[in-house]
Amino acid sequence: MQPYKINCTKSSSFVWYSFFHYYYRIMQQSAYHPLLWPFLVYGLAVVSLVSGILLISWFLGERHEEHATDEAYEGGILATGTARLRFPIHFYIIAMFFVIFDVEAAFIISWAISIRSAGWAGYLTILLFIGVLAVVLLYVWRIGALDFGPDGPKLLKAYYKYIKKPISYEVVDQQGK
Amino acid sequence: MKWWTSKVNDPTGSIAGNSSFEETFQKSIILTNMESMVAWGRKNSIWPFNFGLSCCYVEMATSITSKYDSARFGAEVIRGSPREADMMIIAGTVFIKMAPVIKRLYEQMMAPRWVISMGSCANSGGMYDIYSVVQGVDKFMPVDVYVPGCPPRPDAFLEGILLLREQVGKEKRPLNWVIGPQGIIKPQGPSMKETKRSERMKMTEISEPDRV
Repeated sequence: MQPYKINCTKSSSFVWYSFFHYYYRIMQQSAYHPLLWPFLVYGLAVVSLVSGILLISWFLGERHEEHATDEAYEGGILATGTARLRFPIHFYIIAMFFVIFDVEAAFIISWAISIRSAGWAGYLTILLFIGVLAVVLLYVWRIGALDFGPDGPKLLKAYYKYIKKPISYEVVDQQGK
Repeated sequence: MKWWTSKVNDPTGSIAGNSSFEETFQKSIILTNMESMVAWGRKNSIWPFNFGLSCCYVEMATSITSKYDSARFGAEVIRGSPREADMMIIAGTVFIKMAPVIKRLYEQMMAPRWVISMGSCANSGGMYDIYSVVQGVDKFMPVDVYVPGCPPRPDAFLEGILLLREQVGKEKRPLNWVIGPQGIIKPQGPSMKETKRSERMKMTEISEPDRV
């Protein structure tokens, strides 16, 4: 069954075509016909309520326009610099790690609640789960994703290479590589 | 309309009135106009800006403690941002170095906004008639209430808040910035010097330190 004639040469239009086709088929086959107008009325009500609140609060109250009125509040001092700072990519990685390990903690805690009913099978499963976690953690550690900040000796090496001098330094901080 | 407060375990409070239809309605319905209602709301929630310059701030901070409790007058919610604060209390010496900062913070406050000048230094420069001190904060920005003292006790500061409340309740301000007259009509503040003069003149004897 072909409800529409659509040029299917481009891949994106093909995706759209198959989506509509699929939807059409489902609507035809199932006896379920959802009412659309309550959804539209609801959407209109939400939009009009929010825009009404915003408009009324825009018009109400007093306005004054002085030298520093619209400037950023920095404790009465002139603001300097920009808010568009460049953060190290490590912040992102650590945030991702937090999310991942946080979700895993949720799994472990939910297992701990039902520890008796889950039995030995549950115990072995969670053991496997934690084992995978440990391997992942080791891997992440190994590839250096947990190292934070610049690598001092590496920088020095690059510096001596840059000024073309023989490397003559001692590693004082044993924590560095 | 009658309004009253009753004390806990007060037997007369519970049997006051005749619980008639009329009385019940009087207790539950308020007739007013928009302007007075907004003014009533403003006067009962004057939030101060978290801002202090010198030693007067200690007394101002004390007025929030449980002993003085400025929450009784709706003025205890200290705001850390000038956008949310209604009242700026100039608590302390206004140095020339600090004046542009104060002016800037005042400009950054959203209307309606009020200013209390607290203590001798903010009122007139106080005893610092020198190169580094502004001789009164009203030299560069408007002030609604002056609280005298060096420093004023929290009681005196609370009296200042009460005076400001009275003023705010009587002010006529525009409800919006598009339609209608835009001016602000402020009532003339009472001169406490004249009001309390006779009482103060009676204080001719100084009590001895051992019987305060």
